[in-house]
Amino acid sequence: MAKITYIEHSGAEHVIEVKTGLTVMEGAVKNNVPGIDADCGGACACATCHVYVDDKWAGKTGEKSAMEESMLDFAENVEANSRLSCQIKVSDELEGLIVRMPESQH
Amino acid sequence: MSSSSPRVVIVGAGHAGGTAAALLRQYGFSGAISLVGEEPIPPYQRPPLSKAWLKGEADADSLALKPLEFYGENGIDFRAGTRAVSLDRVGKSVALSDGSTLGYDALILATGARAIKLPIPGADLAGVVELRTAADAEVLKAALQPGVRVAVVGGGYIGLEAAASARALGAAVVVLEREGRILARVACETLSTFFQNYHEAKGVAFELGASAVEFAGRDGKVTGVTLADGRTIPCDLILVGVGAAPNDELAKAAGLDCNRGVVVNLEARTSDPAIFAIGDVAQRPMPIYEHRMFRMESVPNALEQAKQAASAICGRPAPLGETPWQWSDQYDLKLQIAGYPFDADRILVRGDPALGKFAIFHLKGDLVQAVEAINSPPEFMMGKQLIGNRKPVSISRLADTTVSMKEVAA
Repeated sequence: MAKITYIEHSGAEHVIEVKTGLTVMEGAVKNNVPGIDADCGGACACATCHVYVDDKWAGKTGEKSAMEESMLDFAENVEANSRLSCQIKVSDELEGLIVRMPESQH
Repeated sequence: MSSSSPRVVIVGAGHAGGTAAALLRQYGFSGAISLVGEEPIPPYQRPPLSKAWLKGEADADSLALKPLEFYGENGIDFRAGTRAVSLDRVGKSVALSDGSTLGYDALILATGARAIKLPIPGADLAGVVELRTAADAEVLKAALQPGVRVAVVGGGYIGLEAAASARALGAAVVVLEREGRILARVACETLSTFFQNYHEAKGVAFELGASAVEFAGRDGKVTGVTLADGRTIPCDLILVGVGAAPNDELAKAAGLDCNRGVVVNLEARTSDPAIFAIGDVAQRPMPIYEHRMFRMESVPNALEQAKQAASAICGRPAPLGETPWQWSDQYDLKLQIAGYPFDADRILVRGDPALGKFAIFHLKGDLVQAVEAINSPPEFMMGKQLIGNRKPVSISRLADTTVSMKEVAA
């Protein structure tokens, strides 16, 4: 279990307890947090679950796969700390994680 | 919406209906929402049923769009195992299979599509299955054991995904396709050939131009498929994947405009302004293709139309138009498709199919109409943008893999 803070582009914050084993994307979608569309449901096929990971957690959220890297390369408003949230597995290590959302996923 | 406490009724609790209910709350809708679904469980994702879930890589919880508690906690009256039997547009009410009636101010039809059954003898035998619902998938999964002989009738995407999963589970698989090639209705020949070769290398057998005329059985259980040429292919299990038909009967009976699906506009509104139709059941305009009408069976379409309907009901500005897309996972292949090849006059292959990494562009002059990308995210992502923004491309640069997709689109 980890407490994750999702911050919409508007600044609205959602603090959610997310079960270990789910992804950061699933934590948002299953709790109806707006701003993470996740069209493909986690198949790494669409890049509509794009988030910016707060720098403090960059080392704990794992490495990007070649597929994720390649999809992100073509998403809108990509930054160095951009990730696809369907590719970040939640563990106790991520307690306090903060992710911010881009203006749009499409 | 003029009523002080507006009521929305959503008929159909699939990906489209479930998403519409959640979005209405996200958008601040405070009236009553009823979500009526025939299946016994809350809305879930269907795509994994032929892929990750079938192979045991995803559980029921991960398939659910939202946990069951979500509906109660958000004031959504979710009615499982319930069907809408008739629609009274004058009285604005829906009669349900449990005898109750729900009044509405806005109605969303999200009744989806159903798997087509083959009208041939033996279709009712045990061991003949379709793959549309979680219940179908449970039956299929239970039967898929190492050594079991599976005949897949229909070489479309669902059949091929199931074939790949069945091979991963150790079953023997033969695909029977009526046409001269697999994916005949949905992909070009290059892609058909590539997928057939790939499946064959994984041990799947193919019979092309093979029409099933009867399912043979003994003691009520299937034992084989008889083809039009008289041969019988022995098998223990038959998966029929020959397409889906829209569940538009309720709309038709109520006199809504229907034409192979319920006809809607870009707000997902039907010919009755109080009624919306979204997802697989809707026949909708496609702005990037001169507003041609089309019915799509895809999750991205269900989500886009759920946004359109929820926005219209909440009085929000219409969402931006999206480029249609879909995906398929088979073995280690990721196929991503954007657009549809309407009126395309040229097919261009970028990359080398022999390397398992290539993209097929369907062009109309110098406009990209559609792209089918195998293990090629840049081609998919940039292709999708080019389809959406209708920007002309240089054909020679697109064909040249030394020119990056960013440069092609620049």
